[in-house]
Amino acid sequence: MDLENQKRVKEFAEKYGAENLVVILGAAEGEAAGLAAETVTNGDPTFAGPLTGVQLGLSVYHICEPEIKEEVDESVYDEQVSMMEMVLDIDDIVDEMSAIREDYCKYL
Amino acid sequence: MSILKGKKIVIIGDRDGIPGQAIEECVKTAGGEVVFSSTECFV
Repeated sequence: MDLENQKRVKEFAEKYGAENLVVILGAAEGEAAGLAAETVTNGDPTFAGPLTGVQLGLSVYHICEPEIKEEVDESVYDEQVSMMEMVLDIDDIVDEMSAIREDYCKYL
Repeated sequence: MSILKGKKIVIIGDRDGIPGQAIEECVKTAGGEVVFSSTECFV
């Protein structure tokens, strides 16, 4: 994840409390989604950014995961996301995200 | 229990996936308060 974004996530977690923060990703691949999810839960796996060694344990989801999709207005989702959703490997993304949440998320 | 409603939402979109702006529009309809939205580029 972008180093500037890591810094912002860290600041928001301090400002609002990690239990009140939810991170939503739009990554194109399962691997990228998993890396970003790991960064905001267990710390930066690349040891490069401000979240290195910081275990925020935030709730993190991909916008295309069924739990999120069902909370969003269907017509807005169709208009904004469904075109891209068709070309993404959703099963791969869901697998990666579920595994990271199970291991590292503190606020499920 | 709702995941998004009443929560502070940080959006990390992806230029090659779903952009931040599109996610923002969706999250708002679910009652989440967007505090930050960006679109990353992995090129």
